[in-house]
Amino acid sequence: MDALANAAKESYGRIVATLIRVTGDWDLAEDCAQEALAIAAERWPGEGIPANPGGWLMTVARNRAIDVLRRATVEQRKLREVAQPADFTVREADEVEDDRLRLIFTCCHPALSLEARVALTLRTVCGVPTEEIARVFLVAEATMTRRLTRAKTKIATANIPYRVPAGPALGERLPGVLGVIYLLFTRGYGNDGEPAFAEEAIRLGRLLRQLMPEQPEVIGLLALCLLQHSRRDARRDADGNLLTLDQQDRGRWDRAAIAEGRALAAVAGEGAYATQARIAVEHTRDETDWSVVAGWYDRLAMLQPTPVVRLNRAVAHGFAYGPEAGLDLLAEARTGGALDGYAAATAAEAELTARLGDRLRAELLFREAADLTTSPAERRALLGRATSMSS
Amino acid sequence: MKFMMFVCTDTQPETDEAAVPSIEQWVADTHDKGRAIMGERLADATTATTVRVRGGELLLTDGPFAETTEVICGFDILEVADLDEAIEIARNHPMAYAGRIELRAFDPLDL
Repeated sequence: MDALANAAKESYGRIVATLIRVTGDWDLAEDCAQEALAIAAERWPGEGIPANPGGWLMTVARNRAIDVLRRATVEQRKLREVAQPADFTVREADEVEDDRLRLIFTCCHPALSLEARVALTLRTVCGVPTEEIARVFLVAEATMTRRLTRAKTKIATANIPYRVPAGPALGERLPGVLGVIYLLFTRGYGNDGEPAFAEEAIRLGRLLRQLMPEQPEVIGLLALCLLQHSRRDARRDADGNLLTLDQQDRGRWDRAAIAEGRALAAVAGEGAYATQARIAVEHTRDETDWSVVAGWYDRLAMLQPTPVVRLNRAVAHGFAYGPEAGLDLLAEARTGGALDGYAAATAAEAELTARLGDRLRAELLFREAADLTTSPAERRALLGRATSMSS
Repeated sequence: MKFMMFVCTDTQPETDEAAVPSIEQWVADTHDKGRAIMGERLADATTATTVRVRGGELLLTDGPFAETTEVICGFDILEVADLDEAIEIARNHPMAYAGRIELRAFDPLDL
C-alpha cells in the first residue's frame, strides 16, 4: 500500500521527534510511532485513507502515548504519592518541524560515538528498521539493538539536552550533523553500499535545508549529494563492474538531480561542502575542464587540508597540468606516511604513471592498489586497469 | 543535575601553552557562580590505598585500583542543567588542555 508507505516515510521521524519532546521517553516514542503505523495498516485498506494521513498517525500515536503514561502514572501512584501529569500539548505545525531538528541534533551529539550517531539517526529520524541498519554495519541485529539502547541510555543518564544549540554553539555543532548525513550518504553511495541509505541522506539533507534555510553549508551538502547521486544508474556496467566517469553512459545520468544540484551549488556559499559541490558540478559537464577542477581543489585543500583532499588535488592537477605535476603533489600529500596502505592513493599513482607512459610500472601499481582495497567492485575495476596496461 | 568531573593527567598532551586558561578564571566562572559544589586536588596517585574485602578478609593494596599512566589528580562536583553545560565548564578548565577530563552524571541511590 503506497499511501501507507509514503505516510510512514513522511511521518515517522516527525512523530518520534514530537513524542520525545512531550514524554522524554525515546523507546515509548518509537513504540507509539510503530503502533500507529500498524493500526493504519489494519484500518486504511477497509476504511480508506484519511484526508490528512500524517495528522491521523500523529493523533493515534499521541493517544497511545497518553494511554501508556496514564497507566504508568496510576502504577506509580500505588508505589508512592507522586503523580505529575505529563504535558501533552502537541504544538502547532511550525513548531513540530522544530522537533525533528531537535531530534537530529540530539542524535548527532558529539558525546555519542560516530557510529552510534549514524545508527540512531537512521533508526529514529528515518525510521529504518534496526535489522537493516545492522546489515549495513555488518553486525548481528541483537548487537545493533544493544548499541542503540546504549546510546539512548547515555542520552537519558548524561542528560544530553533535546534542543537545537543556539548562538556560537550552533556553528560548532552543525558540521557534526552534516558530517553524519554525509557519512550516511557515502555509506549508501560507496562502492558496495546500501543505495537506500544514500536516499535517506538526501531526504535528511532536504529536511535540514527546509528547517535551516539560512545555513549555506546545508545547501552545499545537499547539492553535493544530489550531484554524486545523479550518476547512480550509470556507474556500473551490466555485470556490476565500476565505470570511471569517462566510461559512463551519460544518458543514464539523472538530469533532474543534476539541474537541482547545480542550482543549489550556485547559492551554497564558499564552505567545504559547497566547494565539493562545485567540483561535482564540473564533473557533470560534457568535457571536464581539469584546470577548473584543480582550482576548486586548491580552495578545498585550504579549507580542509586532509591527506585525502590533498590526494584528490594531486590527481586534478595531474589531469590538468600533466602527470609530473600530479605525482609531485601526490608525493607531498604522502609526507609522513599519511596515505600508506590507502588503495586510492596507490590507484592515483598508477593512473598518473600510466599517463606518464610507464605502463609496466603502472600495471604493478594497479595490482598493488587492487590488493589494498577492501571493496570487491573496486578490486575488479583496478585489476581490469592493470590488465589493460599490458594489452 | 550533578556531574562528577574527574580531572586527569595525560601522558601525551599536545598543548599550546599560551591558549591554556587560568585556573583562577575557571574557579571564578564555575565555583563562584554556583555551578560547582565542591572540588579539590588529590594527593599523588602513588599514595592511594585500595580497599577490598574478599572472603570476609580486609585486603589493602598500596596504590590506585588501576595501574595506568593517566591518573585522576583532582575532581569537581558540578551542578548544571545538562551535559552541554558540563562540557562547557570542562572545556574551559586548564587540565582539558594539559590533561583530560571525564564527566560522569550522578546516578542517585536516594538512600
